[in-house]
This record gives sequence, C-alpha cells and structure tokens, in this order.
Amino acid sequence: MGMITAWIAGLVFGLGLMMSGMANPAKVLAFLDLAGVWDPSLAFVMLGAIVLASLGFFFARRRTRCWLGLPMQWPSNTSITWRLILGSATFGIGWGVAGFCPGPALVALGAGYPKAAGFVLAMLAGMMVFELIEQAKSGVASV
Amino acid sequence: MTLDLDHFTPLLSFGGGLLIGLAATVLILFNGRIAGISGILGGLLGVTRRDMGWRIAFLAGLLSAPILGRFAGHPPVADIEAGWLQVLVAGFLVGIGTRYASGCTSGHGVCGISRGSARSIVGTLTFMAAGLLTVFVKRHLLGA
Repeated sequence: MGMITAWIAGLVFGLGLMMSGMANPAKVLAFLDLAGVWDPSLAFVMLGAIVLASLGFFFARRRTRCWLGLPMQWPSNTSITWRLILGSATFGIGWGVAGFCPGPALVALGAGYPKAAGFVLAMLAGMMVFELIEQAKSGVASV
Repeated sequence: MTLDLDHFTPLLSFGGGLLIGLAATVLILFNGRIAGISGILGGLLGVTRRDMGWRIAFLAGLLSAPILGRFAGHPPVADIEAGWLQVLVAGFLVGIGTRYASGCTSGHGVCGISRGSARSIVGTLTFMAAGLLTVFVKRHLLGA
C-alpha cells in the first residue's frame, strides 16, 4: 500500500512540475535572471506549493504515526551549519548553470531529453562522490 | 527589470504548485516521509540502503508523469540552452551540493519552508542567491 501512495505522490509531483512549467530549464533560468527579461512564474509555483503543503504539514505535525501506521520520519537536524550553506551554494551554482534541479531533471529525463539524462547521470555521480567521501571519513573515524 | 509577460504563467504555475504541495501532503500523511527529491534519490545510493521500496515507487511516479503527459498529448517541453559540458558540470554540482545541504528545491524549498524550519529557510535563501548570482555572471558578465 505504501508503494502505491508513494507512486501517486511522485506522479502528482511530476504533473505539478509539468503544469507549472518548471520542467523547462528555460523558464527556471528566466526566473533566476533578474537583470534580463524576468519571468516571475517560479515564485507562484513556490507560493502554491507552500500554501498547500503548510496545511498538510499542519495536520501531519501532531501525528506520531502516518495513515499507513508507520512512524513519522521527521528531519532531526535543525542546526544551521557551514555544510548546509556550502552545500546549498554549490547546488545553487549548478542550478544556475543548467536551470535544472533534481525533480525537473527527472521529469525531463522521463520525457526523453538526452541532455536531461546526462544531467541526471552527472548528478548521481555527484551524489556517489558525497557517499564515498562520507564513508571514507567515517572509516577513518572508526579506526 | 523588464517583465516577461509573454511567458509569465501565474495561474498555471500556481496550480502546478498546488499539485506539488498536494504530493508532499500525500507522502507525509500516508508514508510519513518528506517529499525531498535529492534525499529520496540519494537514499538509494548509500551503504545503509533501507526502505528502498517507497523511494523507487516515488521516483517511478515522477518519471511516469511525462510519459502520461505524452499519451495525453501534452509532453513536457524542456528547452536546454546549456551545452553538454555545462550540463554535466551542473549535474555534478547539483548532486554533491544537495547531498551536503541535505535537501534541494523540494526538500528545503517546499517541505522545509512549509514546516517552518529555519534551517530550510537558510538553505533555500542560499541556493536561490547562488542561482541568481550564477545566472547574472553567466549571462551578463560572461555573456554566455
């Protein structure tokens, strides 16, 4: 059952990205280009998403278990660290270069764009490098 | 600043945003999970590969959306102006950056802000600022 609800959530998320125009990097870059001909659409996407998700999280917040009976998995880290800042800055640079963040890149991949496939493969490589660095660090720490 | 009124889609973008918020609501209420795409994807790559099922199902749903769109006669359009080298460098930076930040536009930008997380607000402001600055440098200083 959890697989079905997760699949539906992914599908609705992807349809939302498509409807909003955010699967198109040109539209994302048109938002990020304040000094050019500016398209404010991305702000309206964030507004719509936050309005609805705020309601969802308001109802979810007081629960200890989800509707399928599993424990709620809330993010436990609340600290503002250099890791957060530098990681976000690195992500933002990549976002500005190509106009893709992870969700839209996957949607464009599903639509069959070769460059989206290249972006996703490079993104997976970046994620693997993170895993390898973190594993190496924990390995050193445990010796 | 000039507004791009030819491409501005306030209603469609707000409506699409509502769908994204609905998806995040479905995932937290039914599965007890945050709809953060970099985290869902990255969780498949680590040593401790736990609860793979819902992650794969969510990503399969995300990839199904454009396929469904194609069958319905509305395939998503992606105009990718970046060249191949830029695309690959950008993908790598997005991959490693989102993992160190523990979130991207969905996990920090949508879910984190909706939860009122100060950490996610700082993360979102940081990647927004970096994105704005990068586009400014690329388009207006380097002219590429």
